[in-house]
Amino acid sequence: MTAFERFTDAFFNTEVLATYWPVIAKGVVVTCQLAAAVVVCGIAMGMALAIVRSYRFKAINFLIVCFADILRALPPLVLILLLYFGLPNVGFNLSGFLAVWLVLTLVLAAFTEEIVWAGILSVNKGQWQAARSTGLSFTQTLIYVILPQAVRLTVPPLTNRTIAITKNTALGTVVGVGEILNEATTAQAFSGNASPLMLGAIAYVMLFVPIVYFGRWIENRFAWKRA
Amino acid sequence: MEQFLTQFFNVSLMLEAWPIVSRGLLMTLLLCVVVVPLGFAGGLMVALLGTVEHRWVRWPLVVYVDFFRAIPPLVLLIVIHSGLPFAGIRFSPFASVCLAFFLNNSAYYGEILRAGIDSIGKGQVDAARSTGLNALQAQIYVVLPQAIRNVLPDLVSNTVEVVKLTSLASVVAFHELLYSAEMARSITYNASPIVMAAGLYILMLWPVVRMLSRFEHRISS
Repeated sequence: MTAFERFTDAFFNTEVLATYWPVIAKGVVVTCQLAAAVVVCGIAMGMALAIVRSYRFKAINFLIVCFADILRALPPLVLILLLYFGLPNVGFNLSGFLAVWLVLTLVLAAFTEEIVWAGILSVNKGQWQAARSTGLSFTQTLIYVILPQAVRLTVPPLTNRTIAITKNTALGTVVGVGEILNEATTAQAFSGNASPLMLGAIAYVMLFVPIVYFGRWIENRFAWKRA
Repeated sequence: MEQFLTQFFNVSLMLEAWPIVSRGLLMTLLLCVVVVPLGFAGGLMVALLGTVEHRWVRWPLVVYVDFFRAIPPLVLLIVIHSGLPFAGIRFSPFASVCLAFFLNNSAYYGEILRAGIDSIGKGQVDAARSTGLNALQAQIYVVLPQAIRNVLPDLVSNTVEVVKLTSLASVVAFHELLYSAEMARSITYNASPIVMAAGLYILMLWPVVRMLSRFEHRISS
């Protein structure tokens, strides 16, 4: 065998690939489900927190700031291990999927809250005053006047952050979630061949390259138009 | 409640685990000291190469940056650590982590620095060149100092992410903070060591996160 043949045999072995691609495909489905659940719940929760924060109740805001700070300072993997291995000891059994979903949702919510809050603050005070003077209530001003302008500013940083957190679904492999990386490493161990791992990596790249491009497009589309 | 406290905040267990966990903390710090400058240097290279307007430089660079931004760092780490041995290339956990982080971080730092360089007017380069500086000197002495100042919050925020990412090294059995805490947990069947590790991460990163928030809000108001 030439060196090239040895290489393709170890990394792109068609026989091994034919056996294991359905498993990887199953992993792709799980990764997508996990990612979708995290993105929807995380952004919704983060937005809700930012809205609550704009009412400026001191005690509640203190809690929100603590929540956002702690979840932005902690590595998600630490939290995942803490929930997955810690909670069963006090009587809660959490599946790996639930643990990863919960942690990533909370992390995304923390970042979303900070970004949306910065957006709300960046809207000119005059907008508040003008809206209130037309007779809109505080809540109406927030919903109809402030948020539409704030959200526009938050789209690029929020998109990038969401992409970064979605990639963390790969952490699920550590707690036995059957997502792409887990299926790929298991298949690699069974087959004694690196091809499934390569296929898994390719699956990730195929999933995320379009998303990275989408993020870049969003960045340009919503960029500050400088005069 | 009491059960909760003994399972998560068992102080005597934490004290017992401290020798292991503190060694892990040292390794995490060591890892950061190696990985952050390495990634930053790589990013600087990527950003400077990005100013070269030649398609044989530009296209490979775009592919490089997009590829490593698209692939999750953990996937990269595992491919390097348990995929490459099939090609006869075997790295120690430390070397695998350094290589994976270099590839991933240079793409991220590179993107940020590129945005910084783009924010500096072309006139600056022209003016610098007209004083007799060559292209590289103009970038290093004129453009980069301003560019870095413009994207400083993003650079700091990315560095926080890198420090958090070092916890991934535990997956390839590098004895850093999380790995040590998880080892102590598996010996004691008690989550307190992980809580302690979490506390240490918060202690390291919370001041930076707070500073970043203040900075963002100041810009916007």
